[in-house]
Amino acid sequence: MFHSYGFRKFKNKLFFVLCLLCVVIAVVPLLSILYEVIARGAPQINLEFLTANGLQGGIGPAIQGTLILIGLTSIMGIPLGVLSGIYLAEYGNNKYASWMRTINDILTEFPSIVVGITAYSIIVVGLIGTFSPIAGAIALSFMLVPIVARTTEESIKLVPNSVREASMALGAHRWRTIFSVVLPSAKNGMITGTLLAVARVAGETAPILLTIMGNSYFFQGMNQPMDALPLRIFLNSRQPSAELQAEAWGAALILILMVLVLNIGVRLASRGRLRR
Amino acid sequence: MTKKLTGDNIFKVLAAVMAASAAVILIINAYILITGSTLILQQEGINFLIGKNWNPVIGRESFGVLPFVMGTLVTSSIALLIGVPLSLGIAIFLVEMAPKAVKVPISYLVELLAAVPSVIFGLWGLFILRFWVQNYVETPLNTYLGWFPLFSGTPLGLDFFTAGIILAIMIIPTVASVSREVLTAVPDSIREGAYSIGATKWEVIRHWVLSYGRSGIFGAVILGLGRAVGETMAVTMVIGNAPNAMPTSLFSPGQTLPSLIANGFLEAPTPLEKSAYIGAGLVLLLISLIINIVAHVMVTRVLKVKGGAVE
Repeated sequence: MFHSYGFRKFKNKLFFVLCLLCVVIAVVPLLSILYEVIARGAPQINLEFLTANGLQGGIGPAIQGTLILIGLTSIMGIPLGVLSGIYLAEYGNNKYASWMRTINDILTEFPSIVVGITAYSIIVVGLIGTFSPIAGAIALSFMLVPIVARTTEESIKLVPNSVREASMALGAHRWRTIFSVVLPSAKNGMITGTLLAVARVAGETAPILLTIMGNSYFFQGMNQPMDALPLRIFLNSRQPSAELQAEAWGAALILILMVLVLNIGVRLASRGRLRR
Repeated sequence: MTKKLTGDNIFKVLAAVMAASAAVILIINAYILITGSTLILQQEGINFLIGKNWNPVIGRESFGVLPFVMGTLVTSSIALLIGVPLSLGIAIFLVEMAPKAVKVPISYLVELLAAVPSVIFGLWGLFILRFWVQNYVETPLNTYLGWFPLFSGTPLGLDFFTAGIILAIMIIPTVASVSREVLTAVPDSIREGAYSIGATKWEVIRHWVLSYGRSGIFGAVILGLGRAVGETMAVTMVIGNAPNAMPTSLFSPGQTLPSLIANGFLEAPTPLEKSAYIGAGLVLLLISLIINIVAHVMVTRVLKVKGGAVE
């Protein structure tokens, strides 16, 4: 009976339904998160909340801090990641490159708190001696470099070889070919990947928890503690006061808007370009 | 032999040096953690790894990370038990079943799940998921199966179980997308051969596709494990943060290695205690390195990603 055609067809249907159920179960948390963040965060949002400092019940310093971190991290991490990706894609047919590629892959799943300890030990205890935006940015760029290197390599590999050959046939050097022909062709993918990487790193909390510590005031200098959105959410969520918890939801809405707008925008933009 | 100093060579060398940045980052991290934890390792020796007691009280100090290693294992296991079947279902649905019109939006949604910052998962876990779990899962289990040690205790919703569920949700995008790549890499000729002898879709997937991609899917699972082991914020926010708790029940609060560090590192007053936290970081680093190397080997073997550079 269990091998009858009817039963096998039934198993087939059942399996389809189960897989569909998996998709539904995975989407429920996402929708619930989006709903709760909007429903609980939106009532908080007004001009004062966005611009006032922490003592006046605002998240101005956190927004400013996150933007500063994004800027510093990008300056440190993107050039390293992009050059590293270019090497892996264009010169990467040797033992050295394949080792570096492996290490890079392993590093993309590095525990974020460990990076925080390292930046703390180097900067907060060592070089600068205080909590510092620089320590936070170093921790975050440790996470950014491998992701950028990987997306850069993948985008460059998509450029067909014939394009390189055409350029070299015209007498261009290798580096000239890379800069004038390969990179412009791979540009869209690289920009998309890099922006997504920055968005992901901007939402990280663990590395900056140990390095910038949090601050109620606006930016006070490179050797002072600073605030950031993810950190503010974490610290406020632990407070017993309902008011501060509500602020955490407001900050979460701003953070998720930044991350999701960047994500969806970048994806829509790159899809539109592919279609054309 | 002297190479001419042309733009070509300069650029190649520059890029080659930059390509080492990942390795340099790894070495810096390992160096800092090893030097930072020498103090505690000298003090505690092997007891640091197998000791069950974490007591920072000065004069009676004792630092053993075993409870937190166990906590990490428990939460990650729950995450895999729940997250892996879900992710596989999603991957199979996307590769083998979904019509094209549904495929794109669903993979978007799953990717969006990956884009949500972990602190927001934590916030949601702390204020929403916690009560779902407490009211609809833990309390019934505790009422009817409370005699079973795993389900004993007072379910408050801030414990190993909730942390495991949050982790399960968080590893779905990783495991699903890697398994999806693995399934896509299974050659169509395998499927066609199976269909031609009269197998139903489910039989084709179960007996042919999944067994062909076995090692890659195993790699995807290990990759998910790596993510679950290293995840800090979401876990810290929902695990209850009981100091020094060997896991006895799923419904008891505890700590994992990352949450231990996130909670205590900055407040540690003495160099010895600080060193103990750095030591915990070193243990975490080693566990995560091993997991990621295994995953990398398994996944690349299937996807056959050779040094795919153009030369």
